[in-house]
Amino acid sequence: MADDVRALSAELAQDPQSLVFLRLGEALRRKGQLDAALRVAVNGLERHPHLADAHDLYARLLADKHEYERAFDEWDMAVRIAPNHIGALKGLAFLYFKVGDVAQAEAHLEAARRYEPDDPTIAQALVMVRGGARPPSPTTAPALEPVATAAAPAAPAPTAGVLDESQVFAGLEGALEGLVLLDAAGMVLGGALRSPAGADVTDAVAAYLAGVSQEAARTVKLLGLGVWVGLSAEGQHGNVHVAQPTKDALLLVVRDRGVPLGRLAILAQRATATARRWLERQR
Amino acid sequence: MTADVFRQALDLITRVRGVRGAMLVSGDDGLVVAEQLMEGIKGTAVAALTASLAGRLRRAMDAAGVGSSVFWHLQAEQGALLVVPGIGEGGLLVVAVAEPDVNIGLVRLELLRAAEAVG
Repeated sequence: MADDVRALSAELAQDPQSLVFLRLGEALRRKGQLDAALRVAVNGLERHPHLADAHDLYARLLADKHEYERAFDEWDMAVRIAPNHIGALKGLAFLYFKVGDVAQAEAHLEAARRYEPDDPTIAQALVMVRGGARPPSPTTAPALEPVATAAAPAAPAPTAGVLDESQVFAGLEGALEGLVLLDAAGMVLGGALRSPAGADVTDAVAAYLAGVSQEAARTVKLLGLGVWVGLSAEGQHGNVHVAQPTKDALLLVVRDRGVPLGRLAILAQRATATARRWLERQR
Repeated sequence: MTADVFRQALDLITRVRGVRGAMLVSGDDGLVVAEQLMEGIKGTAVAALTASLAGRLRRAMDAAGVGSSVFWHLQAEQGALLVVPGIGEGGLLVVAVAEPDVNIGLVRLELLRAAEAVG
């Protein structure tokens, strides 16, 4: 393995444009040298930003490091570039399963099976998902393919009817410090917010946000702009995004200023979908 | 502050492609200070609601510990409302109403410039 890494490194040094970075990144990953693998993947992505395999490699490394939100972005990008990318479809299925969205996990695995009907790992993963098997944290076996790791029980998988409010945003980055779901009256349904100093500010923020939805709706109606879809705000020390998962609920995402408003909107979109599914299951 | 300064500030914003109008609104009472809006937009009502929304956001953001808002925008299916709040609680709000495909970054820059001009 060390020889592999040396040989691949030499090959890459000789031709930095070469796609050998994919093999080198994977070899380093299998050795558990995640930081080195990440550097290789990022450099590769800079040179080949439209290569689905590069996004897939980067996503697997991020998943290994428990950065699931970013891993999702990368697998999502890989599938946009190459809709039949099996690794990315399996990765997305794994992440959906991890947050308890069995239907989406299954849909992604089914999509993978349509492209690779003879891949036994996909069939196996489908059986596991349908049977409600619990996915482990990918970091427990960094060298394994994400779906393959789903075979080994570890982390609990939420199932309908047993979700509690702390699980609304389970699996999403910032679930307990930068994401909160409110009802129309400003009551907290799930998630939590912490100030940069670490204080729990969930209820205070929720109280001020009550009524935002109606005011936003009235404002855009007066302007003839249809239905409001989001409210982004840039603060001196952080950014926020407010969205409306359903007519009676409000979602708030808060991040530091390092997360630009555009990216925050993407995070909010994902959290909105998660919240919507959670709300549906509560009915 | 002369009417000319207000007009020039609003001109900065309305010249951006996709902007349907701009307003200066008193953050204290939600009254229109100056406006350049397309016909059919009810400036006074929009100003009142914008000021109220700005107040809620400011308090929520203060409570969240992210400081006062320096720019916010409300996105809707068919357009957007973009706002740069003036400094302080009752500062002047610089407001733009835009088409859905407007360059938000560009409007933000002009709103900030306008806010500086009238601030």
